[in-house]
Amino acid sequence: MFQGMSAIDLARGQFAFTVMFHIVFPAFTIGIASYLAVLEGLWLWTRDEVYMRIFDYWKTIFAVVFGMGVVSGIVMSYQFGTNWSVFSDKAGPVIGPLMGYEVLSAFFLEAGFLGIMLFGLNKVGPKLHFTATVMVAIGTLFSAFWILSANSWMQTPTGYSINEAGQFVPEDWWAVIFNPSFPYRLVHMTLAAYLTTAFVVGAVSAWHLLSDRENRAARTMFSMAMWMALIVAPVQIFAGDQHGLNTLEHQPRKIAAMEGHWETEAGAPLILFGIPDDDAEVTRYKLEIPYGSALILTHSLDGTLKGLKEWAKQDRPPMEIVFWSFRIMVGLGFLMLGIGLWSGWRRLRGHLFDDQWLLRAAIVMGPSGFVAVLAGWVTTEVGRQPYTVYELLRTADSAAPLAAPAVAASLIAFIVVYCAVFGAGIFYILRLMHRRPGHETPVEELGPTHAAGIPPAIDSNRARGE
Amino acid sequence: MDFNLLAFIWAAIIAFAVLAYVVLDGFDLGVGILFPFMKGEKERDLMMNSVAPIWDGNETWLVLGGGGLLAVFPLAYATILPALYAPIIAMLLGLIFRGVAFEFRWRTRRGKFLWDWAFAGGSMIAAFAQGVALGALVQGIRVEDRAYAGGWWDWLTWFSILTGVALIVGYGLLGATWLVMKTEGPVHDRARRLAKPAGIATLVLIGLVSLITPFLEQQYLARWFDFPTVIFSLVVPLLVLGCAYVLFNGLIRGGDHAPFFAAQAIFILCYAGIGISFYPYMVPTSVTIWDAAAPDSSLAFMLVGACILMPIILAYTGFAYWVFRGKVHADGGYH
Repeated sequence: MFQGMSAIDLARGQFAFTVMFHIVFPAFTIGIASYLAVLEGLWLWTRDEVYMRIFDYWKTIFAVVFGMGVVSGIVMSYQFGTNWSVFSDKAGPVIGPLMGYEVLSAFFLEAGFLGIMLFGLNKVGPKLHFTATVMVAIGTLFSAFWILSANSWMQTPTGYSINEAGQFVPEDWWAVIFNPSFPYRLVHMTLAAYLTTAFVVGAVSAWHLLSDRENRAARTMFSMAMWMALIVAPVQIFAGDQHGLNTLEHQPRKIAAMEGHWETEAGAPLILFGIPDDDAEVTRYKLEIPYGSALILTHSLDGTLKGLKEWAKQDRPPMEIVFWSFRIMVGLGFLMLGIGLWSGWRRLRGHLFDDQWLLRAAIVMGPSGFVAVLAGWVTTEVGRQPYTVYELLRTADSAAPLAAPAVAASLIAFIVVYCAVFGAGIFYILRLMHRRPGHETPVEELGPTHAAGIPPAIDSNRARGE
Repeated sequence: MDFNLLAFIWAAIIAFAVLAYVVLDGFDLGVGILFPFMKGEKERDLMMNSVAPIWDGNETWLVLGGGGLLAVFPLAYATILPALYAPIIAMLLGLIFRGVAFEFRWRTRRGKFLWDWAFAGGSMIAAFAQGVALGALVQGIRVEDRAYAGGWWDWLTWFSILTGVALIVGYGLLGATWLVMKTEGPVHDRARRLAKPAGIATLVLIGLVSLITPFLEQQYLARWFDFPTVIFSLVVPLLVLGCAYVLFNGLIRGGDHAPFFAAQAIFILCYAGIGISFYPYMVPTSVTIWDAAAPDSSLAFMLVGACILMPIILAYTGFAYWVFRGKVHADGGYH
């Protein structure tokens, strides 16, 4: 395995593998944490037990996902040093404090209140418990804030100077944190996390509605999820468009790769599909809408867009990857919008829960958020190659002085362990999702469920006690 | 480079974060290390529940240690981690196994034993890897031209294996005394019995490591036997012996809290010893605190956040411990 690959390629593969596994979990926990806070808030406000049942249902799933997010995240925080030490030395003074603030303001907040949220309801009472849930949700959002700021700075670096040791020295922290692409990326990713969660919740509730149309908890969940799809999907498409315009301003070669354009031209067409070829520098079998690209990106029919040939070959991102990942993301976004509109129409007619095909479509779309998030990250990360810090530090010059066998061995270990451990985790999550929501009797084949370690006796105590 | 107060403060904060990690996560890793010594399923449930609400917060100090190092001593981060590549990766993988076990163990009946092993094995690997990493760091790391200049097996020596074993045993002692404090019944009794040999072994291993360390580096020898630090070299062993007395007195006479705090005090004393030996090096004996420090603008920016947020973190961490205070009960009253 991996013979003939250089240490740098292996390190890149390792980073891609571990970060792609990791991002799936936060994308989900950001969404569920906010969802849990909303549910508990609704429960406190209305005292309708259905919200507490849904809360308990997702709380258990949240605990499993969160655990996997934590352990895969610790790997990320050390991998900068083990595999990308030159990058760490040079960009550490800028990136490090941003990640340090993430730990101080987000990780500790989440971890400190997670225990109370999972185990503490009958220890601290509902009000304080709600506070803990909100703290966990805020923690996940703070975390997104700082990590996206760090990532955005690498894409659009501002507010720095470079010292004699070749290190980036922060000059203006405001400019560093709120660098040009950060607001767009933050909005786009947060909405993506919410949409991802909405489609998971929608799929799980649709699955149960197919066999039990009257399940109240499932109906409530499905209704909430479809509202999210209807409202957030169009907002997300707008936010994505704005993010694209920002990218055109700061990283035009990424846009050229996403759009499939090789030649600079006025009134560029929108290439819906095609087969890009990086070696021949052409996009074959194009299906185009004339002037489309120019219209979307420059808001004029004869606007000029740069093609990828404007840049030397060694300074280009691989179009063959970015072109496709971008289309997967956008395609899924429009499918999500379609589901939202479909559900809106059904809701208007008064039979949101009766359309078998809508329920089935919602189930199929369950994982769509994860795929879209991954495709989006591939687009933005591969699209800014060959740099780690855009136009300033090349990926090839960022790696640690490592021997290929060491990186290959650790990469194999990560692949084996991640597939085994997170494979089991995903299996357990699917099994938890198979439980019918709102039913007190837990999963048959599991025996008594320990909702994150809580024996059933205590659950009923709590129901009586409050 | 000359003395820089900001960098010095940061060295102290990073040292505090790592110490907080050892003090907090040490005992919950120890609980995992002791898993194979407790047979019954109920007993293991109880052990795990004694740390379940707090382990995540404990482990966050490790992320602060790593992330903080990147932020304020990027050169140290960029040279230590490649030098300790294999132990660091092993530690991360160990932490994955034990971290997911907290949830996965409750999600399956057939597979529960697997996650028992994951919890125990992961805890042991993480403890061993941390010990090896410490030993390798004590031996020193070769740095040339702002990069690690050694081979990728340099970390593996008899000394680093010894420190690895020492940390497994030491964390085991912390875990045992934690269980003495937090549990009742068979788990408590078994933990009390296990704590005694673990305590003796810990002291013997500390003695061995302490005998070897001054001969690894000229600087350590000088630090240990030159005035004024020689005072510390004389006082620390006495304090360790005092703690050992409190530890065993509590274990034999039946105090539930004293052994845990005495064991923690032994860890803190050893840690202080390492700190004094290292100073002013961040990476012994090639990179000093001043060489490794990030530019002042980074140090100052992070310091503002640390000064505001760390007291808040300590406050709500304390609150979480207070919420889950007292003995853990087998009947689930704990939850």
